[in-house]
Amino acid sequence: MTTSTYDLAVVGAGPAGMAAAAAAGDAGCRVALVDAAERPGGQFWRHPPGGIDHVRDLHHDVRTFRRLHARVRGTVEHLPGHQVWTVTREDDAFGLHTVRDGAEVVFRARALVLAPGAYDRQLPFPGWDLPGVYTAGGAQALLKEHQVTVGRRVVVGGTGPFLLPVAAGLAERGVNVSGVFEANSPGEWLRRGAGAVPVVRSPRKLAEGAGYAAALARHRIPYRPRHAVVAAHGTDEVTAVTVARLDRSWNELAGSRRRIRCDAVAVGWGFVPRLELPAALGCRTRVDVDGSAVVDVDGLQRSSVPDVYVAGEATGVGGAQWAAVTGEIAGRAAAVRLGFPSSFPASAMRRRRHLRAFATAMHAAHPVRDGWRDRLSDDTVVCRCEEVTAGAVTRAASELGGTDVRSVKLLTRAGMGWCQGRICGDATAGLTAAAAGVDVDPRGHLERPVAVPVPLGTLAADPADASPRDVDVT
Amino acid sequence: MVRLMTVDRLPEVVVIGAGVVGAACAWYAARAGLRVTVVDRGPVAGGTTGAGEGNILVSDKPAGPELELARLSVRCWRDLADAVEGFEYDPKGGLVVAGSAAALDGLRATASGQRERGVTATEVRPDELHEHEPHLADDLAGGMYYPEDAQVQPAAAAARLLRDARAHGAAVRPNVEVTGVLRSRDGLAGVRTSAGDVPAGAVVNAAGTWGGEIAALAGVDVPVLPRRGFVLVTEPLPPGVVRHKVYAAEYVSDVASDDASLQSSPVIESTAAGPVLLGSSRERVGFNRTLSVPALRRIAAHAVRLFPVLAGADVLRAYRGFRPYCPDHLPVIGPDARCPGLYHACGHEGAGVGLAAATGHVVARALTGHPPGTDPTPFLPERFG
Ligand SMILES: Cc1cc2nc3c(=O)[nH]c(=O)nc-3n(C[C@H](O)[C@H](O)[C@H](O)COP(=O)(O)OP(=O)(O)OC[C@H]3O[C@@H](n4cnc5c(N)ncnc54)[C@H](O)[C@@H]3O)c2cc1C
Ligand SMILES: Cc1cc2nc3c(=O)[nH]c(=O)nc-3n(C[C@H](O)[C@H](O)[C@H](O)COP(=O)(O)OP(=O)(O)OC[C@H]3O[C@@H](n4cnc5c(N)ncnc54)[C@H](O)[C@@H]3O)c2cc1C
Repeated sequence: MTTSTYDLAVVGAGPAGMAAAAAAGDAGCRVALVDAAERPGGQFWRHPPGGIDHVRDLHHDVRTFRRLHARVRGTVEHLPGHQVWTVTREDDAFGLHTVRDGAEVVFRARALVLAPGAYDRQLPFPGWDLPGVYTAGGAQALLKEHQVTVGRRVVVGGTGPFLLPVAAGLAERGVNVSGVFEANSPGEWLRRGAGAVPVVRSPRKLAEGAGYAAALARHRIPYRPRHAVVAAHGTDEVTAVTVARLDRSWNELAGSRRRIRCDAVAVGWGFVPRLELPAALGCRTRVDVDGSAVVDVDGLQRSSVPDVYVAGEATGVGGAQWAAVTGEIAGRAAAVRLGFPSSFPASAMRRRRHLRAFATAMHAAHPVRDGWRDRLSDDTVVCRCEEVTAGAVTRAASELGGTDVRSVKLLTRAGMGWCQGRICGDATAGLTAAAAGVDVDPRGHLERPVAVPVPLGTLAADPADASPRDVDVT
Repeated sequence: MVRLMTVDRLPEVVVIGAGVVGAACAWYAARAGLRVTVVDRGPVAGGTTGAGEGNILVSDKPAGPELELARLSVRCWRDLADAVEGFEYDPKGGLVVAGSAAALDGLRATASGQRERGVTATEVRPDELHEHEPHLADDLAGGMYYPEDAQVQPAAAAARLLRDARAHGAAVRPNVEVTGVLRSRDGLAGVRTSAGDVPAGAVVNAAGTWGGEIAALAGVDVPVLPRRGFVLVTEPLPPGVVRHKVYAAEYVSDVASDDASLQSSPVIESTAAGPVLLGSSRERVGFNRTLSVPALRRIAAHAVRLFPVLAGADVLRAYRGFRPYCPDHLPVIGPDARCPGLYHACGHEGAGVGLAAATGHVVARALTGHPPGTDPTPFLPERFG
């Protein structure tokens, strides 16, 4: 079978990937934009089959989406519904191994932009495995894609600016949001530190923040800094949570516990970049200011592996605008490298710098403190897939010599189930490091050579080698 | 035999490597009354022990020195499982199947040699295969059943043996790297590490695939090289889909092959937790960690060939490890006459879990000056000159 090779394959059709594909397509590259989802937009512009207009009220910057979508439609082959299970480097091209409807399809490209985004960071607490406890991102995704609200009385908690749109969106759709419990005190931080961080004055960001603040006020949603959801209660599903006041290190203040009735909780602790595909190619990583492992890229979004560009949250959690501008630069850089005419507008470079500084300030205002560990009891489940408790993880590290996440996984099965440690990896790493008396290594659990599950029979069969002619062009 | 240190409290034996082999050496030595310190540059079971499977096999070893060691090891593992719990020891038996009449003839020949050495091997007719494994493909030529084959969870075995050794006075120090050796007039006097010197009368090189590097620090040549292997792990499957450890007759010839290119034969085992492990490939590509899609495909195709029912199971993950192999495919075990005070316990290739228990036994016997339960000569390092 003939195998035709794309100039560029972009993985991820979120803000970063769409921008990268559009930029390279505009420059004349033949681009494949591959995504597991059926519709473009990624997490930020997630929308139902009927189109983004159905959820306009939940979205910011729909204009940018439309503009990017139009550019992508004109010049790029969008390949939705393809899950990339691994990516390989072949003689003079990369192989993108995807699964589509149970069959394997392989694409080849001379260069890659990887823009796989991030997933919710989760931290365990007693009761977090009850039905009705959602991640903040999960609650948001249900709303944006399916227009489903996770409950009628919902508590929102965790840390990070993302809690605000989640609460506001739920409230807009008629949910009684009992409060936003933010474990840090970003307002206090900003008052103290804003002078030193010019970008906090970024007008657009402030307007967006002010918009959420207004929405919270309009719906009379209390915003409680230095508070956390410390337990969820219920037998078959969540019926109440306990919230408590925290000190700066997230230790609970005695006597501050309060019970709130609710039928759902949405909790988020920031995001963890998805690094399976860059890791499979051996891209160098580093630890970012928020403690996440990210791909180490240079000013042109180049990774340490030649011809592999990485953009968006995989290079640092920073929001959709940041993701889009890094994608734009990556797409242009890849085009130039492939011999197509393109350029690097100073405005894009400046914007990236500003948005990065803003993200850094946000991370500094919303750190994850060690205090979360103290709320776990010996029998709090840390790994839900394999039902491994905090006690088991701690003992593996302190008594069995499992001093890193990988060995603790082998000794307890934490992270060996369906989610492959995407849910529990950070928590296991934190508990392990504390028990073993070593530093947390967020890179210990990012290697997942099989990025998404593949049926054995599919793997065994000879895959179809997709030339552009063989696939639907949308 | 270990020279007793004059200063009290110093370890008599330092074991380099907290893999399953080092753990077994430490366990037997501690139980023999020696003062043992185990050091590893990483966590417990962070090396090949955490990157392979846990089969304890007599079935894949034709009559010869390795079979003798394996037979001893099967007994030693049984003792270990009695003494220490928590590592999923399962004497489940192994079924070797043949796809063709020729392969079956090969199996029969191997089995008859093994039987002369006391191994139990029962031929299974094609129509009886399903009694052993209901989901096997139904066009196989026959098989051989080995009731002595068993299985452990290797990382847990290493960790539990080390914990028990600690209860018998051993010290276990993860994240301590050996960077050199200490010498006295009579030979080795301990090791130099990232956390200071560790004086000891005897040094046990249980550094697995890196055993050659430790030997080099001591100034002797032990040629241990990496042989890469991939394993696929399925989603958890109901109990009974795969009952025994099942592999194809071709596996035995692959193991002994000197061909550097990719080889793979199906080796299929269920685990206590439900996922089925599908092994494994063999390639000589140095320490190259990149995923080999052809290797994975080959493993998948072989597994589906033996168990068609697995075609619909999802593969959740894949991992790779680097088996420590020597050119003659035999492990290196025992005192090094070229360097008094140095003992080796490395180079077990694809059988280090299975052979760990006997290796620990043999090394501890040497350390205490007692004869071991099998002839140790074929494994001595002097064979490399
Ligand atoms: C569940 C969730 C909801 C979020 N909701 C919001 C929100 O409402 N507002 C907000 O400001 N921020 C939200 N975020 C944060 C969000 O990550 C960023 O704002 C922004 O979407 C990042 O853009 P990106 O292009 O880097 O990645 P993403 O938008 O995450 O896009 C990555 C894309 O890559 C695809 N992909 C990844 N791996 C593979 C693979 N192996 N094979 C095929 N495709 C793959 C994904 O399907 C996805 O479409 C959310 C994050 C999460 C995890
Ligand atoms: C895919 C695959 C499948 C396998 N299946 C089986 C099977 O079914 N049955 C079986 O019996 N065997 C199997 N094996 C082989 C088996 O895993 C190995 O033979 C065995 O684990 C070797 O154990 P070890 O303790 O010698 O080495 P390791 O577990 O590698 O331990 C050596 C230790 O030494 C440490 N070390 C190295 N250098 C230094 C230093 N300078 N300082 C301090 N510490 C150091 C390392 O960190 C490491 O932890 C398989 C292997 C692979 C790769």
